[in-house]
Amino acid sequence: MTENYTALYDQHKKAGASFTDFGGWQMPLKYSSELAEHHAVRNAAGLFDLSHMGEVWVTGPDAAAFLDYALAGKLSAVAVGKAKYSLICDADGGIIDDLITYRRPAAQDGTDVFLVVPNAGNAAVVAKELLERSANFDVTVKDASAKTSLIAVQGPNSEEILLKLVPAEQHALVRELKYYAAVEVDINGQDLLLARTGYTGEDGFEIYVPNEDAAGLWEALLEVGAGHGLIPAGLAARDSLRLEAGMPLYGNELSRHVNAYTAGLGPVVSLAKESDFVGKEALADIKAAGVGSTIGQKLVGLKGTGRRAARAHYPVLKDGSLVGEVTSGQPSPTLGYPVAMAYVDVEFAEAGTVLDIDLRGKPERFEVVNLPFYKRQK
Amino acid sequence: MSKVVSELKYSAEHEWVAVDGSGPAGIGISAVAADALGDIVYVDLPEVGSTVTAGETCGEVESTKSVSDLYAPVTGEVIEINDGVVSDPALINSDPYGAGWLFKVAVAEEGPLMSAEEYAAANGGEL
Repeated sequence: MTENYTALYDQHKKAGASFTDFGGWQMPLKYSSELAEHHAVRNAAGLFDLSHMGEVWVTGPDAAAFLDYALAGKLSAVAVGKAKYSLICDADGGIIDDLITYRRPAAQDGTDVFLVVPNAGNAAVVAKELLERSANFDVTVKDASAKTSLIAVQGPNSEEILLKLVPAEQHALVRELKYYAAVEVDINGQDLLLARTGYTGEDGFEIYVPNEDAAGLWEALLEVGAGHGLIPAGLAARDSLRLEAGMPLYGNELSRHVNAYTAGLGPVVSLAKESDFVGKEALADIKAAGVGSTIGQKLVGLKGTGRRAARAHYPVLKDGSLVGEVTSGQPSPTLGYPVAMAYVDVEFAEAGTVLDIDLRGKPERFEVVNLPFYKRQK
Repeated sequence: MSKVVSELKYSAEHEWVAVDGSGPAGIGISAVAADALGDIVYVDLPEVGSTVTAGETCGEVESTKSVSDLYAPVTGEVIEINDGVVSDPALINSDPYGAGWLFKVAVAEEGPLMSAEEYAAANGGEL
């Protein structure tokens, strides 16, 4: 696989990052200490390069109807300026990717405009699927991933940091921007798409910026954020933050081999929408059979009672019998105890159930808890 | 680049050994290994009085991102463990050759060990 480099690679290198491959991209794993980066996001702010994520624009008179067909959610119901978390499923109901879709203001000729944001490793697959599914719709599907960078500022100080790069007359736009909404704002002298979204469990923003302007924006944010505790944060911190927030990671919790009901994402699927959509029939059958509630497995949160952490693929046991498998796990930096997510047989998925996880031959007690592990104080 | 201390000997599994000829040998993990592991949050050490065997696992070191077995670089009886590093494993990151030492062994026999120069050359460390 050829390695991709984001437009911010030199910034990361200069900052002393160690790199890791993620979805075919060389991404910063950490700059100095992943724990310090994690705590910075919980207590102040962290700066993330998310340019490996995809950006696919869907425009045209049928854009809303097309997305209702292509994705599991009802995207036509999303208001202009708002965003929605959704899934793109295959015909069997397996999850091809989880994604965020933004509805932007309609073009001057009145046609609808949506921005679909898939995960790094799935961007090309999603763009291809969308193109194939668009055959009978009057839409244009354009993959802008290679030209677009994405920078996130996450943490309680995010808003005040961002406002330093926004002219005073637009401050209200930023302050009043709701979670899962986006707006065009002048940031660092350039009109950019700003979204109040994130993957950390904290307040925060994601900024879409053309590749050629990404380095300038990154440096500017670091400069104005320095007095507010902002530091660059790598994928290691991103992973521990999203795990504490109970958010699934494609490749760990989500894949083509699981469906929305097993993954606890039933509410994301709109079986009620009038239109057909890819995977609808299969998902209706899966739901009717009770998968994820009365039969099969379910994604749960597990809290460790000792100090040793569970890791992906470790077996979950009840009285010595295999009842599940860990998908993500590590010591929680914020909470101070090991946390994990796992697929377990539904009869053991109730909060309060005590299970064992086989930690390299030694079983350790874990308790099923409701997700998320961590929720910020508002 | 991660530091390699010239007075110590090293195993292929990234443990360092302080052999002074007479007393017990201090053992820890190299800065190369500590940096690769990331922030260490848990360490499981052999018990005082137990015997460790060169080349065999005798504990584990766990960071936020991963877990690694600890290999004994020498054979002999464990005569002391560093309680400080058990309660504050971050010492392994901040001072791997000092306050982050792990345990001491009355050496019966050394396993295959490298000089600092050999270890640094093989693992990209800095003397």
